[in-house]
Amino acid sequence: MLSLLRRYPSFTHGVHLPDAKDDTCQEAIRQFPFAPVLVVPLSQHAGKPSVPTVREGEEVSRGQCIAAADGFVSVPQHAPVTGTVRRIGLAPSIAGAMTPAIYLEPYPGSSQEVAEGEPCNIDQSTPDDIVAAIQAAGIVGLGGAAFPTHVKLRPPDGKVMEVLMINGVECEPYLTTDHRVMLEQTDDVHTGIRYLLKATGATRAIIGIEANKLDAVDALRAAIPADLPVSVEPVAVKYPQGAEKMLITALLDREVPSSGLPLDVGVVVVNVATTAEIGRLLPHGRGIQERVVTISGPAVGRKGNYRIPIGTPLRFALEQVDLSPDVSRVFLGGPMMGQALSSLDIPITKGTSGFVAFTSAETRASPSEQPCIRCAYCVDACPIHLNPSQLGLLAMNAEYDRMADEFNLMDCFECGSCAYVCPSHIPLVQRFRVAKAIVRKRRAA
Amino acid sequence: MLVLTAVGALGGLTLLLATGLVLANRRLYVEEDERFDVVEDMLPLSNCGACGYPGCRAFAEALVTGESQPGKCTVSTDLAREAIAGYLGVDVGAEERQVVRLACAGGSNVARNHAHYSGHQSCQSAALVAGGGKGCFWGCLGLGDCERVCEFDAINMSRDSLPVVDEELCTACGDCIEICPKDLFSLHPVSHRLWVPCSNKEAGDELLADCEVACTACERCVMDAPPGLITMRDNLPVVNYEGPHATTKPIERCPTGAIIWIEPDGRVVKGDAAVRVLRHAPLPDAPT
Repeated sequence: MLSLLRRYPSFTHGVHLPDAKDDTCQEAIRQFPFAPVLVVPLSQHAGKPSVPTVREGEEVSRGQCIAAADGFVSVPQHAPVTGTVRRIGLAPSIAGAMTPAIYLEPYPGSSQEVAEGEPCNIDQSTPDDIVAAIQAAGIVGLGGAAFPTHVKLRPPDGKVMEVLMINGVECEPYLTTDHRVMLEQTDDVHTGIRYLLKATGATRAIIGIEANKLDAVDALRAAIPADLPVSVEPVAVKYPQGAEKMLITALLDREVPSSGLPLDVGVVVVNVATTAEIGRLLPHGRGIQERVVTISGPAVGRKGNYRIPIGTPLRFALEQVDLSPDVSRVFLGGPMMGQALSSLDIPITKGTSGFVAFTSAETRASPSEQPCIRCAYCVDACPIHLNPSQLGLLAMNAEYDRMADEFNLMDCFECGSCAYVCPSHIPLVQRFRVAKAIVRKRRAA
Repeated sequence: MLVLTAVGALGGLTLLLATGLVLANRRLYVEEDERFDVVEDMLPLSNCGACGYPGCRAFAEALVTGESQPGKCTVSTDLAREAIAGYLGVDVGAEERQVVRLACAGGSNVARNHAHYSGHQSCQSAALVAGGGKGCFWGCLGLGDCERVCEFDAINMSRDSLPVVDEELCTACGDCIEICPKDLFSLHPVSHRLWVPCSNKEAGDELLADCEVACTACERCVMDAPPGLITMRDNLPVVNYEGPHATTKPIERCPTGAIIWIEPDGRVVKGDAAVRVLRHAPLPDAPT
């Protein structure tokens, strides 16, 4: 009872969502079988696409590097399975576009074994060695943005990273991958933190976890090694607490400046699953070739958390979990910031934290849009204190440049809180996404 | 007495300030060529920007100073352009009129959707949700952002949800080029009659399951055209408009009608080998 009365730190504004995590948060991570064909996209990350180092028809073994990084802001790809390269060609991606990918055909009876590589020994490595090892392991932000992790660890000159913040908030409804990783891979998380502290030179690490996962807080606290400067802090259950700027505000009471980075306030934020993956892979010199994915939602029969090989087609994955024939919409990521998909032929990539399937009963068409009544619910909801009402009116008049120049449109990270609370059902965040796309197009021109 | 003082004081002040204004007007008056106003009135005043100047006034000034030529205004009629040239005593200038062309022919009667988009009804919004759900990722989404943005009513959505450009009304202002999330519009001189209304960058007959009029990159047009007229880039024919290009030869054997001839009246001519599409009902969504 006392825990209900306790107030956890948080940010101002935001919304309270039904979290819908009960279906999967008790389900331990289970290994997934190999699909008949795996499709490894060359561009699963922000930055330049990888360059294939294998030819069509070539045999590859599980964990082998099959595409090299193209420059610093890029990562290599590793074979998720032992088999042959069937072809290198276009495959549908999450955004709908066709992007180059490597098609792998597993050998029948492929084992899950992965060969050991060149281990990264933490005591003998310099920070630069660790950054290089993280890039070589193909690690990107597993929370969904898929930004190459090693790039964050190399700040521009003159910037100091003082605090390493591990993001285990997971505020999106339905998703429980980070929750399960924190419970089942506590030692990997702490090993990962050890690597990251050395690479960044930060003096301490904080793990931020939303207070609906107190079992994970306890598990991580119990496993802290005596010599590691780590603290585990629960934060209030509120959306979008998992956005890095919101987490920094909650735990350190520092505000990241407009259009700035956490680095500007001496912080680097890394997702907890990414940290665990660093701790799991680097001591063995392996690359990332599978990840934990939540499959949940009312249209899924066997909801749960699965360790799925990268490149598994979504259609195959959904066949394994008894998808209801009445499925009407599949979201990649959670229902707030996730993407509705137009094709089930897309592969699972490093940035896929989960997918949620709904039946037609839950996906009614939204009520028709009504005029803005200036209730300012959206102003109260916006976590970065923009004025969504004003921005919405400007968007209706296509005044995109004014939105960006005078009303800080580009600071919007599309959490969708404004559209969620709007009693007039105005598609605010949808309009902002359009406006941001056009502003980016104009600035590039 | 009090009333007289007040009236006198205010009256004096009024006179003083009025004198100041009159003097300021004399001293600071900007001499402006009266031809600016005349030429501006002769322009269409649509402020579309197609001439490259920010509005008709700026263009009028450029005309009077000889910086530009009346022919640069693609919105005016020939008569109006000649009138301006006559008034200023300059050459009309041989600027060829440009129009926008759409590089897609996949209307709802020939192109399938893989998923049904039911959100905010705008192409820009739809394109941000997994590409919009159309089977062909490059194809027109048909929600009419270009029709709404066009100030000259030059774009109308056909019954197959495909924008149709009225070449008479198009002023080449470029608003539709900017709004289209799939970048399907581009500017072309009206004399360019050979056109490839497809943007699909894949090759092979499997494409036809998603769109019956897609270019399958069979390269028959390359073979039939005069040497050097057509080259393939990204599995699409590219017409070299630099040299002579007024030939219907390349369209004759095209199996899907992905390379066409546009008559001066806007009528589209497909080759004899092109599949005839008589259907006018939307195709059902592809099975998922």
